[in-house]
Amino acid sequence: MANKILVVLEQHEGKVRRIALEMLSLAQKLSAGNVIALTFGSQAEETREMLARYGADQVVALHNAVFDQYSSDGFADAVKQVQSAVGADVLFLPATAWGKDLAPRTAGLLGAGLATDCTAVEIGQDGRLVATRPIYAGKAIATVVIDSPVQMFSLRPNIQPVEETGRAGQLEDIVVTVHPEAWRAKVTAVRAQGGGTMELTEAEIIVSGGRGMKGPENFKLLDALATELGAAVGSSRPVADEGWVPHSYHIGQTGKVVSPNVYFAIGISGAIQHLAGISGSKYIVAINSDPEAPIFKAANYGIVGNLFEVVPAVTDAVRKLKTER
Amino acid sequence: MKILVMVKQVPDTATKVRVQPGSTSIATEGIKWVINPYDEFAIEESLRIKERHGGEVVVVSVGPQRVEEAIRQTLAMGADRGIHVKTDDVLDSQTTAEILAAVARSEGFDLIVTGKQAVDDDAAQVGSLAAVLLDVPQVTVVLKLDVNAEEQRLVAERELEGTIEIVELPYPAVVTAQRGLNEPRYPTLPNIMKAKKKEVRVETLEGLGIKPQLKVRIVALSEPPERPAAKILTGDPVEMAQQLVDLLHNEAKVL
Ligand SMILES: Cc1cc2nc3c(=O)[nH]c(=O)nc-3n(C[C@H](O)[C@H](O)[C@H](O)COP(=O)(O)OP(=O)(O)OC[C@H]3O[C@@H](n4cnc5c(N)ncnc54)[C@H](O)[C@@H]3O)c2cc1C
Repeated sequence: MANKILVVLEQHEGKVRRIALEMLSLAQKLSAGNVIALTFGSQAEETREMLARYGADQVVALHNAVFDQYSSDGFADAVKQVQSAVGADVLFLPATAWGKDLAPRTAGLLGAGLATDCTAVEIGQDGRLVATRPIYAGKAIATVVIDSPVQMFSLRPNIQPVEETGRAGQLEDIVVTVHPEAWRAKVTAVRAQGGGTMELTEAEIIVSGGRGMKGPENFKLLDALATELGAAVGSSRPVADEGWVPHSYHIGQTGKVVSPNVYFAIGISGAIQHLAGISGSKYIVAINSDPEAPIFKAANYGIVGNLFEVVPAVTDAVRKLKTER
Repeated sequence: MKILVMVKQVPDTATKVRVQPGSTSIATEGIKWVINPYDEFAIEESLRIKERHGGEVVVVSVGPQRVEEAIRQTLAMGADRGIHVKTDDVLDSQTTAEILAAVARSEGFDLIVTGKQAVDDDAAQVGSLAAVLLDVPQVTVVLKLDVNAEEQRLVAERELEGTIEIVELPYPAVVTAQRGLNEPRYPTLPNIMKAKKKEVRVETLEGLGIKPQLKVRIVALSEPPERPAAKILTGDPVEMAQQLVDLLHNEAKVL
């Protein structure tokens, strides 16, 4: 029997992240016609058209205003009720901060096995799903199966293609009983974090600086290149530890694991912990004055040179390419 | 304030991971085992809470004989005593959480603090799963934690993509630590001496009434594909920059 896939996703002001569309596209590919999207908050219904277009056969919009503020225990309980009402045997959640908080909590309630941060999910020989997930921050790749009746997967952003399907996306009226007064962990406020506006884990291009940048004032060189490229800015760990950039920039085994189309490693030596966080990049460009730097072993394209000369030249070349087009 | 810290021993992050050919595990020869980096923040935070509010910090770790060394290290940092659930079994997050929940039930606790994820299996589940088993709330990926002992409540800041979320919750609860929460202390010599005399109780899975039954099973493990050798560009900075942009545009087709 075909899997019934419940795609659990977050929306803000009626908009969803790209990972939501990635999950729907993947779900549709695995189990056409059996994809249900679940979304929360008073503007949840506004996402219906978008979700349907990318593969939701049905949309469950829990538009009760209590869902405007996240609660791990409250939301997990609601997901459980919806899962049971629609009879889903597969759940997809995004491997974002939101999804990584909600997924294990829900898995615990459902007694379901959960594979975290998957980069691929396929149908195995026995009809159950088989997932690929990097472990040791990508230093090894595991193929995993889940041996519980309900199979759960959180999916790494920026990996799956999104495909439009042009579905109607029936709105499903599912009644969940909520007792918000019994919710224990509640979000009471949200504030913007210092740093770039573009999220590294979702960026198509990342321009990243290391200790070779010499000081915080020089990151404006990277900001200029990033602006031309429409890229996000990241960093190695020591640079964030020094306070040259916010902690949210830190990429690597103990920071963010990223998977852009292009990663520019600028003045970064390529320590194993850093490489672990960038191995999912399609292309890696290294700019470093030391021809022996290990980053060149990981790179597709390398420039041996002084970044203070090379980076402005690259910025100019990108600008030229854009004006020619 | 009784705080249980869950600690995992993992390969040092500098480890070059090698897969045992034909197996689902990594080659462990020559690996240096360390405390999971995120768990260090959990220990430090627990010690700070104890310093402020009094109480006891008990470290719990699951794994083979070598794990005792990790526990001793936390005792040298200042934890009061340790519990080592000794097993050579391969466990998944669910079983690990069941073990830790069993210990927590018999010990009792106000707070369980652990790292946001272990840097070996990267599953990021144990804290939340234990919270469900113990029916307590959770707050994960925490950058800042305030304990209000009078009202038995926590106010935590957690990191999201580009934003910080403020979460309030009552305790007993589970908290998972993110880098940035604090700066872990180094063991001092007197504390290292003292640690030798501190108690590390050994428990077994049978003793805790746990039969490991994996829900998530690794069926194959491989090393990531090697990247092709880099194209090293030559010329003056302007020429190299131009070549790079041409390659990214025409060959890689990403610009
Ligand atoms: C437990 C643990 C976890 C860690 N986790 C992470 C992690 O998640 N992420 C991470 O990044 N690191 C991590 N590290 C640190 C890691 O080991 C390295 O120390 C770090 O990545 C080095 O940062 P870097 O490349 O910026 O600096 P360096 O290694 O100092 O490299 C600077 C580079 O800049 C080049 N350079 C200097 N001047 C110029 C110039 N004018 N033009 C061009 N190039 C120039 C140099 O040749 C050099 O290669 C971790 C370490 C430990 C112990």
